[in-house]
Amino acid sequence: MRKVNVMVMTATLGMSVLAGCGSNTNTNNNNNDTGNGNSNAAGEAAAAAADNGAKTELTYYYPIAVGGPLTATIEAMTADFMKENPDIVVKPVYTGSYADTAVKTQAGVQAKQPPDVAVLQSTELFSLLDMDAIIPLDDFIAQEGGDTYLSDFYPAFMENSQTEGKTYSIPFQRSTIVLYYNKDRFKAAGLDPEKPPATWAEMQEYAVKLAGDGKWGLEIPVTGYAYWMLQTFALQNGNNLMTPDGKKVMFNTPENVEGLQYWVDLAAKHKAMPGGVTDWSTVPSDFLEGKTAMMYHTTGNLTNVKKNASFDFGVSFLPAQKQYGSPTGGGNFYIFKDIDKKKQEAAWKFVKFMTETERAAQWSMDTGYVAVKKSAYETERMKAYAAEFPAALIARDQLEHAAAELSTHNNGRIVKILSDSVQAALTNELTPAEALQKAQDEADQALASFNK
Amino acid sequence: MKRTRPWLLLISKMKASLRRNGFAWLLLLPSLLFLLLFTFYPILLTLRLSLFQADLSAPEPVFTGLDNYRTMFQDEVFHKVMSNNVLFALGTVPLGIALALLMAVFANKALHGRGFMRSAFFYPTLIPMIAVANIWLFIYTPEYGFMSRVLSWFGVNDINWLGTPGLVMWAMILMIIWKEAGFFMIFYLAGLQNISKELYEAAHVDGVSRFTVFRRITFPLLMPTTLFVSIVALTNAYKLVDHLMIMTRGGPNNSSNLLLYYIYETAFSFWDQGMASALTVVMIAVLLLIAAVQFFGLDRRIHYN
Repeated sequence: MRKVNVMVMTATLGMSVLAGCGSNTNTNNNNNDTGNGNSNAAGEAAAAAADNGAKTELTYYYPIAVGGPLTATIEAMTADFMKENPDIVVKPVYTGSYADTAVKTQAGVQAKQPPDVAVLQSTELFSLLDMDAIIPLDDFIAQEGGDTYLSDFYPAFMENSQTEGKTYSIPFQRSTIVLYYNKDRFKAAGLDPEKPPATWAEMQEYAVKLAGDGKWGLEIPVTGYAYWMLQTFALQNGNNLMTPDGKKVMFNTPENVEGLQYWVDLAAKHKAMPGGVTDWSTVPSDFLEGKTAMMYHTTGNLTNVKKNASFDFGVSFLPAQKQYGSPTGGGNFYIFKDIDKKKQEAAWKFVKFMTETERAAQWSMDTGYVAVKKSAYETERMKAYAAEFPAALIARDQLEHAAAELSTHNNGRIVKILSDSVQAALTNELTPAEALQKAQDEADQALASFNK
Repeated sequence: MKRTRPWLLLISKMKASLRRNGFAWLLLLPSLLFLLLFTFYPILLTLRLSLFQADLSAPEPVFTGLDNYRTMFQDEVFHKVMSNNVLFALGTVPLGIALALLMAVFANKALHGRGFMRSAFFYPTLIPMIAVANIWLFIYTPEYGFMSRVLSWFGVNDINWLGTPGLVMWAMILMIIWKEAGFFMIFYLAGLQNISKELYEAAHVDGVSRFTVFRRITFPLLMPTTLFVSIVALTNAYKLVDHLMIMTRGGPNNSSNLLLYYIYETAFSFWDQGMASALTVVMIAVLLLIAAVQFFGLDRRIHYN
């Protein structure tokens, strides 16, 4: 009994201390709201300094999604920017994978402490808009020449950047899916190493020929990217999976069922591909080990494959059914809302700098990502690189047939719904038609509140 | 006769208690504050948020009462996640504990290479979970992974451990037992060394068989350790999440999805904070239930030295 009393007392004491903390935090926030809306000390100091005509400080979040020493590359690029713009300080913060970066950024947005500028997946557009986290860039773009400025970017990359007539992000590290194939295995199987499969029918025939002896003809990664790979079949068979406003999805069309059936059959019926679900990161290892003769993978892996393949390899468009097709992928620059006007302007300068023609070309060569601007392919260094390594142009050429990556309101849930269903079909738990019908029903429900 | 008012009595009692225990409470105060600040306060906030619709379609959280819980119990994935977690606990805990006990008895008795034996058994515990997940990702790789190599000697080929719904949970269970048994072994080793030597000497004099010694002396006297270890192991079964992030992302089709990973997905990939809070409340309830059953159910049947 006595103990309980003392506990109650202590608890009350604790609560009052807590309440104290709470009110303190509130006053702090209020101060910041009237000030510059950024409550970290460095930010405040920088903003205060900026008012006196001194430096503007930017926090820049960036993810890394492919191999290579990219942190060093990014830091060198920001250093160059600061040399050119002595009144701006950019603090690059490496924030892990795309998913980690999204978590950190959005947690920051909710705590009213967003980064000033960040690279996030282009598909985050609707989530960021629903959170009211980002600003449209149209005014900045108008200063640079409006449509003439934008027209240098590949249209396929802009699809995930724009909605309802406004542009919200600028493409940066972008990719598409391409077909990698092992020319030595092609020769061994009696296939022409200069003629990769161009249609679904050819792909199936080649994959069956190349499989056997404990080796596979083809691997298509699934873990984490099942929806992305399904999109390749959907686009090749006619249409994308969602409306441009991100409010409706079309998962259960006969074309998509046919596409998923084709994918399932490659493993279950033709034994040309491993059964079940294949991991995203082991597929390139399998390819480099010669365990699979062909793979579907992001062009972002090009530099990795080029460096590590001990055999002659080729890169080509994904095979077509009604048409060629691949979804785009990768990250864009976003500028955040809850920050100082001056910072937004500085952030735009930075975004513009990072995507300038020469820099885009260099970035593409360093990583394997597609350069986001057409003019980047006209630069001398890119021309020289492409002459020596023509595979670097495949993803760019395929862009003509590329379309937006799956991006909707409530995107995290929609992506999971579709990915789960695709996995259920690949593991023979459901037929492709059942799986896509289930995905459609669940997705309709998840999008219902955005269609009011 | 002077009548004492009850509240005066209460105060005097409290004064007495404070005089006796005040110093102890003062010493406990910092930890208590942190416990309140970082455990109880967040739990209360979570409980509150679980009654709100707070997702991307709601700019400001809307009070919806028990709606999140209703939706949750109709959610197929939630049912799958819960049954996966029960399977995961049933798979990892008894086997992990049995193996730990076996290793402890072995490492305690081993005449040669005792130190080596102990470090070999303990080694997996020291490796960070992310590294473990990456190592086992390749152990389970079809074709050239270690598991496939071993099985191919017996003519079994092409098992996609992590990519097949019926196998992936067993693959996870095996990995976690490997990872955790060494950790539990340490507690058993300490427990074994606390058992009085006289008991064994007496048994030896009486000519009791080694199995009976284990059954009648060692095992019962290790029960406090077993209780502790089983609480840790069971709660761990609900707390593990990192390996899923690396190895399967809960797939294929949620066959390896566990409660904590589902909470993570709901909170940070769907941005549905109301539902994530509701799921967290369920998890807290499960953990409390486990602890309560073990404390009040098992503790009574335990012999302490």
